[in-house]
Amino acid sequence: MPLEELLTGAFVYLAAAVVAAPLFARLGLGSVLGYLAAGIVLGPSVLGLTGEATDVMSFAEFGVTVMLFLVGLELQPEKLWELRKPIFGLGSLQVVLTAAAIGGAALLAGFSWLVALVAGLTLAMSSTAIVLQSLNERGLMKTAAGRSTFAVLLFQDVSVIPILALLPLLAMQAVPTEETTALASLPGWAQTVAVLGAVALIVLAGRFLMQPLFRWVAGTHIREIFVAFALLIVVGITLLMHLVGLSAALGTFLAGVVLADSDYRHELEMDLEPFKGLLLAVFFIAVGSGIDFTLLATMPGVLLGTVLGFMILKWVVLGLLAATFKMQRADASRFSFSLAQGGEFAFVLVAFALGLGLLAADEAGLLVAAVAISMALAPLLMLADDKLLQPRLAPQGAKRAPDTIDERDAEVIIAGHGRFGMTIVRLLQANGRRSVVLDHDAEQIEALRKFGYRVYYGDASRLDLLEAAGAKTAKVFVIAIDDRERALAIAETVLRHFPHLRVVARAWDRVHAYQLLNAGVHGVYREVFGTSVDVARDVLTALGQHPFEAQRAAALFKAHDERLVRASAAHQLDQTKLIDITRAGRAEIANVLAQDVGEKNRDPDRAWDAPERDEA
Amino acid sequence: MRILVLFAHPKLRQSVVQRAMLTAIAGLDGITVRDLYAEYPDLMIDARREQSSLLAHDVLVLQHPLYWYSSPAVVKEWLDIVLEEGWAYGAGGNRLHGKFLLNAVSTGGPQEAYHDKGRNRFPLRALLAPFDQTAYLCGMGWLEPFVVHAGRKLEPAELGGRAQRYRDFLVGLRDGRFEPQNHLAEGYALPPSFRRAAAHADAS
Repeated sequence: MPLEELLTGAFVYLAAAVVAAPLFARLGLGSVLGYLAAGIVLGPSVLGLTGEATDVMSFAEFGVTVMLFLVGLELQPEKLWELRKPIFGLGSLQVVLTAAAIGGAALLAGFSWLVALVAGLTLAMSSTAIVLQSLNERGLMKTAAGRSTFAVLLFQDVSVIPILALLPLLAMQAVPTEETTALASLPGWAQTVAVLGAVALIVLAGRFLMQPLFRWVAGTHIREIFVAFALLIVVGITLLMHLVGLSAALGTFLAGVVLADSDYRHELEMDLEPFKGLLLAVFFIAVGSGIDFTLLATMPGVLLGTVLGFMILKWVVLGLLAATFKMQRADASRFSFSLAQGGEFAFVLVAFALGLGLLAADEAGLLVAAVAISMALAPLLMLADDKLLQPRLAPQGAKRAPDTIDERDAEVIIAGHGRFGMTIVRLLQANGRRSVVLDHDAEQIEALRKFGYRVYYGDASRLDLLEAAGAKTAKVFVIAIDDRERALAIAETVLRHFPHLRVVARAWDRVHAYQLLNAGVHGVYREVFGTSVDVARDVLTALGQHPFEAQRAAALFKAHDERLVRASAAHQLDQTKLIDITRAGRAEIANVLAQDVGEKNRDPDRAWDAPERDEA
Repeated sequence: MRILVLFAHPKLRQSVVQRAMLTAIAGLDGITVRDLYAEYPDLMIDARREQSSLLAHDVLVLQHPLYWYSSPAVVKEWLDIVLEEGWAYGAGGNRLHGKFLLNAVSTGGPQEAYHDKGRNRFPLRALLAPFDQTAYLCGMGWLEPFVVHAGRKLEPAELGGRAQRYRDFLVGLRDGRFEPQNHLAEGYALPPSFRRAAAHADAS
């Protein structure tokens, strides 16, 4: 029964995802690796629970399409324009050079030049799905390395189209009609017109048609209709792209960029995010289960040689490009490790080339297995780079040692010079107070020094550094960093070794405040608390409450809440006690505020007069 | 005459008498009314701004309830910050010479309480001595204080009448119907600096 089959399949995939992803995420290995591992276990080589991997694959590729739509949504056209140099410079060089290097190696290994060229182009592709998911998961999309990586991936996705056009020419034979698009029967000029027309349709519809349509759909207030509409857009574009023979991923990406300015961008993101995640999970599981381990058994040397060979070549080319484009060493490392695997488009290209007779079946099998294994290795490589290399390559390279500090007269030492520390330093400086700042953002330090701030590079939890910064003679130590754990570590070190210092710290939230207080920090300041109290005060004023009354209410509330935090800190782990304190506190603040505005007070115009009974 | 009323009440919400007085003088041309607690809820008085505001007026009215036989804190802070040496008094401090100061206060207790023999032991005139001397030092004329005693015990109509009289007085000053020099506080002798400034103004 097909429904039962479908449900069984769904059950297997969902169960694998639910088990593997959290497990691997907890282990710090990332969900992608979890899905791949689950796929391997489920696949024909181990349990054999997955059905036809290719069916699942084409379904799962839709996940990549949705993902690129979402990536597009994040990129306004202006931002995309800013990226044009890395996309076309870095991206084209990567594809051409990598294809040349791998193709050359294949030639040397004795393959024909046709096979070498196909292999080179195929293996030049990296995995948009794996890399973007990993970068997103680790919050690296906005970094320099993330941008460069994304630019290259985008160019690769785009270049699949001309490559698909090129392969039939190489084959020097008529393309079997069933392999091509519905437009194949049209003359060449008409095909071009159709392609341009499709792109124009997406851009124009996105610009002019979508906004009113979204408004209309949103106006129905039926949530699933909005979700359906969002999916409809992606499915529709995918179909259109297939019709004209363009990459669906490219089409949805384009649509995403066009809609990035739309008012409904966030709704779209929210609605599609779960689909993307699930579809990608299925995709990764399919890749994992698609790895042909029999090949590993029969010809391990060739397979592993291919995997290692092409990955190393890719890595070297990426590294050279990073150097040419003057990336910082840490970024260069992240960039080259991120892209040194084969990608999902390789499967498409290999299947196409096989159909054209450009590749023999065993060559195609080898390529698919090599790419799949490299995709499984990809998260491991990125992890290794993250854990082993990145810490050493930290900004300005491995050679950056802590600065030699010789500060004997600082009254205040400030750890961290971000948005938080900066204000403190400025106010102290404006009052002629001598302070020293320790930070580990090298770029920022250079900039600040130009303005005459005394900022040093180094880890504020290190004893020698603290001493050099003048901790023995300073009076106050300010922890202004935004890393919760490190803030606690620094607090403990400073309190233990320099008990004369008054230690004040920025707390992330209430719980962090408890931890800092319990560690013995003298002054704990929840980082957005003061601001939100200020806002509440101004809102009260905007509502017509007298500004002085609002000011007092805010000040009272603040003092009260800070007392509450101090009282609660001792019971940090006792949930019921905390609830009791909070409840009592809420009643108290109401009482305090009511008294302050005078609702429980006597006649204020007489409050300063002697009691009436004396009159008698 | 241009009139500047600086109003201060830390709990305006509960005020009856002061509110009635405030309502009576609201929105009149040539009479600037400002709520000090609203403008400086954190008591961070802007001295430059206040000084230029003073220069643009001829009569300064301090309107507030009598708290602890004096003004609410913001008025004291205002005097401390704004009336700088070299501006309001001392060498070169002549900017207020020839202007007038009026206290418009409300008290909780009845008039009899403000008496040598009353429960407050001092006449109001004596309790307001700091304002008297402040006006004198700044070369200003100190006007007869406008007082509403025990306003909360008044019938609404009566309170309304008091507020109306307050308004009439300020409007009369504004329009020149009342000559401020004829309304100086009892026993207040204009300081020589006031006379010099007035003579100078007449000459020019």
